Amino acid sequence: MQYNLLNSIANKLRGIGHRMIERTWRLGVGARLFGLAIVYSGESFKRFNLTLREIYFTGVMSLLIIVVSAFFVGMVLALQGYNTLQKYGSSEAIGVLVALALVRELGPVVTALLFAGRAGTAITAEIGLMKATEQLSAMEMMAVNPIARVVAPRFWAGVISMPILATIFSMVGILGGYLVAVPIIGVDDGAFWSQMQANVDVRLDIVNGLIKSLVFGVACTMIALFEGFDAPPTAEGVSRATTRTVVISSLTVLALDFVLTSFMMVV
Amino acid sequence: MDRTTIDLWVGIFVALGFAALLGLAMKVGNLTSSKIGATYSVTAAFENVGSLKPNAPVKSAGVLVGRVDSIVFNGKNYQAVVSIKIDKRYAFPTDTFANIYTAGLLGEQYIGLEAGGDEEVLKNGDKIAKTQDAIVLEKMISQFLFSKASETETKSVTNTPVPNAVDNTPAANAKAGKSTELGDPPF
Amino acid sequence: MTTNIVEIDNLSFGYKGRLLHQGINMLFPRGKVVAIMGGSGSGKTTLLRLIGGQIKPSKGQVRVAGEVVHQQDREGIYKLRRKMGMLFQHGALFTDLSVFDNVAFPMRELTDLPESMIRDLVLMKLNAVGLRGAHQFMPAELSGGMARRVALARAIALDPEIIMYDEPFAGLDPISMGVVCDLIRSLNDALGATSIIVSHDVKETFLIADYVYFVADGVVAAEGTPADLMQSTLPFVHQFVHGEKDGPVPFHYPAANYQSELLTEQAQ
Repeated sequence: MQYNLLNSIANKLRGIGHRMIERTWRLGVGARLFGLAIVYSGESFKRFNLTLREIYFTGVMSLLIIVVSAFFVGMVLALQGYNTLQKYGSSEAIGVLVALALVRELGPVVTALLFAGRAGTAITAEIGLMKATEQLSAMEMMAVNPIARVVAPRFWAGVISMPILATIFSMVGILGGYLVAVPIIGVDDGAFWSQMQANVDVRLDIVNGLIKSLVFGVACTMIALFEGFDAPPTAEGVSRATTRTVVISSLTVLALDFVLTSFMMVV
Repeated sequence: MDRTTIDLWVGIFVALGFAALLGLAMKVGNLTSSKIGATYSVTAAFENVGSLKPNAPVKSAGVLVGRVDSIVFNGKNYQAVVSIKIDKRYAFPTDTFANIYTAGLLGEQYIGLEAGGDEEVLKNGDKIAKTQDAIVLEKMISQFLFSKASETETKSVTNTPVPNAVDNTPAANAKAGKSTELGDPPF
Repeated sequence: MTTNIVEIDNLSFGYKGRLLHQGINMLFPRGKVVAIMGGSGSGKTTLLRLIGGQIKPSKGQVRVAGEVVHQQDREGIYKLRRKMGMLFQHGALFTDLSVFDNVAFPMRELTDLPESMIRDLVLMKLNAVGLRGAHQFMPAELSGGMARRVALARAIALDPEIIMYDEPFAGLDPISMGVVCDLIRSLNDALGATSIIVSHDVKETFLIADYVYFVADGVVAAEGTPADLMQSTLPFVHQFVHGEKDGPVPFHYPAANYQSELLTEQAQ
């Protein structure tokens, strides 16, 4: 009895240890993939149409979902903000609230979460299937480096697309907020914009937001690429890897957001 | 998908990104106003700058005319020396008054310039002589409490008890003249 | 005999202590079609990957054109691979590229040929496999046999000296099988290349191969020309060639005594 209990505890501990080692190992492999993607990125710049193609698939194809969600997020922000601000008689500040919330946080973060769901999963599934159907092996056997041909262009496409998407998200969100605040709620048009301009700083808010989205772009794309590369070459393996891409990307984005924000607050 | 069509779409995508960035910078942010362009720099000494920070706005008549450049402590006379950059387009008389105001009751602090009547104008490197410190809330509350206390003690005396009630420390003495210009605290 | 372009010398390979190959010796002479046969899971495909340098042997070596594959650095391996073309089991066509772009892929990646010349070469290769008319299709629109032929056209895109086929006949209908079979032989002779076929389809393989190696239990169990092997009295070869159900390779996976196992099950 006692022996069994000890045994089960030992097994649990062993399980935790195994998982830790597994995670660390995967982190190492991921980091190496990141390094290789950087080393071989010269290839993807030399033949830029490869990267262009991937920008089309990751960036342009995500445009619709980004614009629609940004619009709704902006409108909801304006409604909720108005609800609270009018109690303090400062409903003109609604523009500031919407703009700061979007530019500093929601723009980069929500874009990254949507990106992980829309483009990240597509990257993982595509690479996982390329691996499962031996396309990557075939490339290797043709003396073509899959890192240079497949990974690097997708990596740079993600890194380029993310800040663009985040910027569009913020702008569309603000327009959505405007649409609710000015014509529907009846906040003064001039006050909406001028309050916003007085309180949104280009460097501290807009540029920092861009930096955030750039970091998220690196993280999300890299996670998607790694999961695809690491997926077992079966239907189940690819589907699991796709799920993991979303989960790990989302958690990473939120954690990174906290870290970056705290860095940016210290001036 | 044809390669030229992809090029077109990526072009549209990037253009949209730039348009959004431009929109954020011009319409949402204060790129136009924070880039004041050519400036000249003046200094002003304060006994207490409160929570004034570098890059805080400098306003006159409510309009942004400059930014706080730096705040340093002068160890000789124990004052804070604030250097301000003012837009070259605006000239202020030498007897301009520099106040540290708070936006709203608990908002950010900024410097307000009230133009005097002098013929001469401030030049680069000049010092603004007339300044007024930041309002420190705790001080105002203690002033208020002291005045209440003295009111109850000497019920008869006057309707302007505020400055004298706190004039019992040397530091307060030094700036008594300025403190009066606070006017009545809003309590 | 002519010189051997690929030589496998006392090769052992295994994952985590379990040896898949235990001292294999094979020779692949220039200009010949050589087949490697054996049951499923006998490590035939792994041999191809060892020749291509995708994995390293545990012991022994593979020499391609006189160079030891696993001692090459990345550059060296890539240089050797440019002499090789490989047909994967399911074709491994790039699903996001059209048939034309698939065949053009190695030319665009590895050479500086102008686009007009690439176009001509691609159409020539596709013509050789009889699919010039299908060059604008996507891989998803092809039948299994057509996909295999496109993959073959891609494998020979750069006129390799060695063409490796991984199960070229698996999963094809009899007509496609015959077509692929003929193509392997005729392309080999037309290009003056050496073909290495990994397969377990006896009839087709024996039809086109000059020499056959049988792999079983990690060693070369038998070798010889197809005619020799048809006459072979070795029990394993006899079972394999004639497709008998039971023999040296048993029908049953090794297990405990049937009766006793059923009884113990009941006892618990």
